[in-house]
Amino acid sequence: MIGGAQSRIAAAAGLAAVATLIVAPLFLRRYGLYLVSDWAVMTIAAMGLNLTLGYAGQVSLAQGAFVGVGAYSAAILTTHGWPFAAAMALALAVSFAVGWALGYPALRVRHHYLAFVTLAFSTLAFLVFRNEAWLTGGVEGIDGVPRPSLFGWSMRPPLAYAYFCLAALAFVAAAMAWLIRSPWGRSFLALRENPLRAQSLGVDTRRYTLLAFAIGSALGGAAGALYAPLVGLVEPPAFTLALSLNLLMMVIVGGSGYFLGPFLGALIAVMAPEWLRAWENYYLILYAVLVMGLLVVSPTGILGLIDRYALHRAAAEASAARAALKPSIEGP
Amino acid sequence: MAVLEVSGLSKRFGGVAAVSDVSFAVQEGEILGVIGPNGSGKTTLFNCILGQLRPSAGEVRFDGRVTTGMNPSALNRLGVSRTFQLLQVFPRLSARENLILAGQEHRGGMVSRLAGPRDAGLGGAADELLAFFGLGSLAGTRAGSLSYGQQKLLDAAMAFMSGPRLVLLDEPAGGVNPSMLVTLKERLQAYHAERRATLVIIEHNMDFVMSMCGRVLVLAEGRTLAVGAPAEVRANPKVIEAYLGR
Repeated sequence: MIGGAQSRIAAAAGLAAVATLIVAPLFLRRYGLYLVSDWAVMTIAAMGLNLTLGYAGQVSLAQGAFVGVGAYSAAILTTHGWPFAAAMALALAVSFAVGWALGYPALRVRHHYLAFVTLAFSTLAFLVFRNEAWLTGGVEGIDGVPRPSLFGWSMRPPLAYAYFCLAALAFVAAAMAWLIRSPWGRSFLALRENPLRAQSLGVDTRRYTLLAFAIGSALGGAAGALYAPLVGLVEPPAFTLALSLNLLMMVIVGGSGYFLGPFLGALIAVMAPEWLRAWENYYLILYAVLVMGLLVVSPTGILGLIDRYALHRAAAEASAARAALKPSIEGP
Repeated sequence: MAVLEVSGLSKRFGGVAAVSDVSFAVQEGEILGVIGPNGSGKTTLFNCILGQLRPSAGEVRFDGRVTTGMNPSALNRLGVSRTFQLLQVFPRLSARENLILAGQEHRGGMVSRLAGPRDAGLGGAADELLAFFGLGSLAGTRAGSLSYGQQKLLDAAMAFMSGPRLVLLDEPAGGVNPSMLVTLKERLQAYHAERRATLVIIEHNMDFVMSMCGRVLVLAEGRTLAVGAPAEVRANPKVIEAYLGR
């Protein structure tokens, strides 16, 4: 069987990672717990972008804006006394609807041009956050976003909120795993790889394009709804183009179109400033050099590098199998 | 009964008339060949029939219903399927997944495609069709790892997966080695005999066209040059002139 040992190693690594995520927060202090929560939130947002960009092939420079839409939705509702569940529902609904609307340009333009359209939306969202003070608090933002409580348990302590974010991540990851293995996932992939052929096979590319945008944006919104109570203060500078680019970087560095890509990319993006702290202000330069180096070696990110190795081996085995099979195909 | 009726179809690109006033009908269960020198408008004709291009003039009817300019995916769901001149399989998906993709949008609704089984209930049908095209043992192999001829077979199989009433094949034999060509032709004939699918085939390989098609349509410079039985068309002086020059 191809890759039997490989899949055993992958399963063991997966189990180890999950066990670490469950146990490690118990040994972390406040800042460590903040980083774990931030990682979980950013992974959710990056998973959304990975669906739009990685699976369905639609470029978006607006994922950070959707995190903002979700964060503001949640902040506005919870500071007016609504429960967190309602805030999350609103964040999902608003970002889904806005994402659907942003999908329409994608029906007409692709690639760089689509990037420009989403870039414009990103700027527009920032201006709304900053200028519509009656709704968003303007430059001051919205302070004192409360953390939810679950069945009477307060999620206020950092440890509790870190587990809350990890649980949300686990839920989103399970839903995403289901989605990309369903026929929808197959149609998204067809849309990315070859829209013309997908159409000729009955795939309603229009509907799937809009869905890819809407679902990806909704996950950005969900991440925002988790982010607002994490930091407590929601203000415009958090949701500029820089966040969108950072999320794009996470998807690409981890491996665009790979399920685990966002986990890895978000880990690097959240932890790199910590690991490279000794470099002080030069850390961004070093980070940029490392990313460029990676993209030269492997444009499909870290997981793409691993996959290429696995594919290389699988191709060798397949051609051996094909050679063995040849006579029977040409028989009839 | 005519499955496909094309009347007065024209397609202009700026000042160039790629297809001019082409009319023909394809009867249920027929295999129609479309031949003509390079640049005679065969693929443009296909693209106009299939909604990939909007014709400048004329009308296309499928099963008596006007489908001119209809969106290709909607037309496919009505029962019109195609292959392209160049290979268009999905290299990263397995052979079986390629076929499931080709059939999944034809059954159930969006909800069942999300919440229902991963193979959309098509795993068995996909394996059956793979076996029919002699690819049974390669179901789990990535399409990109198959040989060119095998991919060409898979490409054709994908067009049949949804059980279409009409299939337009654009150069199915192009670039296929002779032994694989025998398999391809024999499988297409067997499929046609079993399911009575109506086929329209663009092909440059004359042996392939002459032995498979009941009727042949000849295009030259976007116009209909001749229509008729293969032997008739082959003997037509105008056709010989178009191919060989005066």
